Amino acid sequence: MTAFFNSNLGKLVGGVVALLVVASLIGWLLSARAKGDAARATVDNLNARIRAWWVMVAVFGIAIATGGVGSIILFFIASFLAMREFLTLAPTAHTDHSVLLFAFFIFAPLQYLLVWAQWYGLFAILIPVYAFVAIPTRMAISGVTTRFLERTSTVQWGLMACVYCVSHTPALLMLQVPGYAGSGATLLFYLVLVAQINDVMQYVWGKLLGKHPIAPNVSPNKTWEGFIGGTLTAMAIGTALWWATPFTPVQAAGMSLAITLMGFAGGLVMSAVKRDRGVKDYGSLIEGHGGVLDRIDSLLFAAPVFFHLTRFFFVP
Amino acid sequence: MIGRLIAGFAKLLTGATAHWTAPLSDARQRVYFANHSSHLDFVIIWAALPAALRERTRPVAGADYWMKGKLRRRLADNVFRAILIERAGPAGSPATATQSIQQIAYGMGDDKSIIVFPEGTRSMDGEVKPFKSGLYHLCRMKPGLELVPVYLANMNRILPKGEVLPVPLIGRVIFGAPMWMEPNEDKTEFLTRARAAVLALQNQ
Repeated sequence: MTAFFNSNLGKLVGGVVALLVVASLIGWLLSARAKGDAARATVDNLNARIRAWWVMVAVFGIAIATGGVGSIILFFIASFLAMREFLTLAPTAHTDHSVLLFAFFIFAPLQYLLVWAQWYGLFAILIPVYAFVAIPTRMAISGVTTRFLERTSTVQWGLMACVYCVSHTPALLMLQVPGYAGSGATLLFYLVLVAQINDVMQYVWGKLLGKHPIAPNVSPNKTWEGFIGGTLTAMAIGTALWWATPFTPVQAAGMSLAITLMGFAGGLVMSAVKRDRGVKDYGSLIEGHGGVLDRIDSLLFAAPVFFHLTRFFFVP
Repeated sequence: MIGRLIAGFAKLLTGATAHWTAPLSDARQRVYFANHSSHLDFVIIWAALPAALRERTRPVAGADYWMKGKLRRRLADNVFRAILIERAGPAGSPATATQSIQQIAYGMGDDKSIIVFPEGTRSMDGEVKPFKSGLYHLCRMKPGLELVPVYLANMNRILPKGEVLPVPLIGRVIFGAPMWMEPNEDKTEFLTRARAAVLALQNQ
């Protein structure tokens, strides 16, 4: 536990808690001053988000404090719930029951067992290779060919996005960066922090200045103003936190740029999926935040890219 | 105690949140009737009811399934307090049908509600099949009986007919506004109207 709570991680967590205290105070002041129904609704929504943030930070803090296992279990649960939301909206047939059982009860737990066992070789190919073989084979055996390609791809896609991609976040714990041993948890926290700050700041800048939507058919709330403002703010914070990471300030700027761009891409793609299925949120588990998948969509693409950039450049 | 555990587990598994289009406040006697596609169906409705209503609600289930094995029997008798009716014998034979309705009416007494699936059997593809006449005969026997339509979404994907292990997808239980059979309502008309009430909840 002490290895996980090295001083850098302690400072990062402390900083986030301080930030939340300030946010809660502002929210409390705003709710005292808000007049009119529209303003009140906005402030209520803001305060619900802040409350949800407290819960998420607490859960995340407990997971990191219990060491690698805690983080692995937390992200396994997140993957499981996200895939549940994703596949609920997927157009699978009732004959695909056993394929869905594979996805939930074999591939998802196995992927996280491999993270825990630090077996990188199989971790990296389990879903891209073995699930890719197993899912269509089982579906073909069941004999239903209607929309075959759509059904197999949807399940494969759900596993890739919700399990494979997300599992790269706790997989940061298996990276052995020279001179930075045992601090995988700090990297994990850094990734989640930059991705989430980017998320929040894109929302804030979009609300303040947003005028020109990037992809109006996909998400009218994602604007160029929000994108640029969010990316610059998250990059600035990500760079300022270089001392907690194995990166130099310039490298930290590059890494946080990669996280923010991938975070944006993940959010945009998951919005497109939702649009296609005709829903606004994936679920209603976290108050004010839609579903689990809505919350982690910015991690989907950022986690594997951040993992591999770190592995390629910093792990010999 | 066991009932609460099962209800909690069923809710956790299916994430089934109950949606009430009209609140049911008092614990009066009523019939919850729903579309049927999974073994989970009655447990889900039963679990979605507030505890006070759940305690006085008995599912109607097939004796052939629930009398098999000690555990099922004990669950049916002690936990769900199910009304078990015979389905065996010549299908649709009038004698058996009348007997079943009488058995249900007797099991309801004058304060118990019931959960029924008027399609008679689980639908394979999730389509709502035409209703059997049991609901009509029960309403004839107990005039003024309150009927609550219920729509169950996604249950045939969570645990389809013939499967043993449920997949944890998210289900939905939607309770509609109460309805009643008109005093001289025609059988086919009434059954069509009842089925339409269930279907109308699909898009809620």
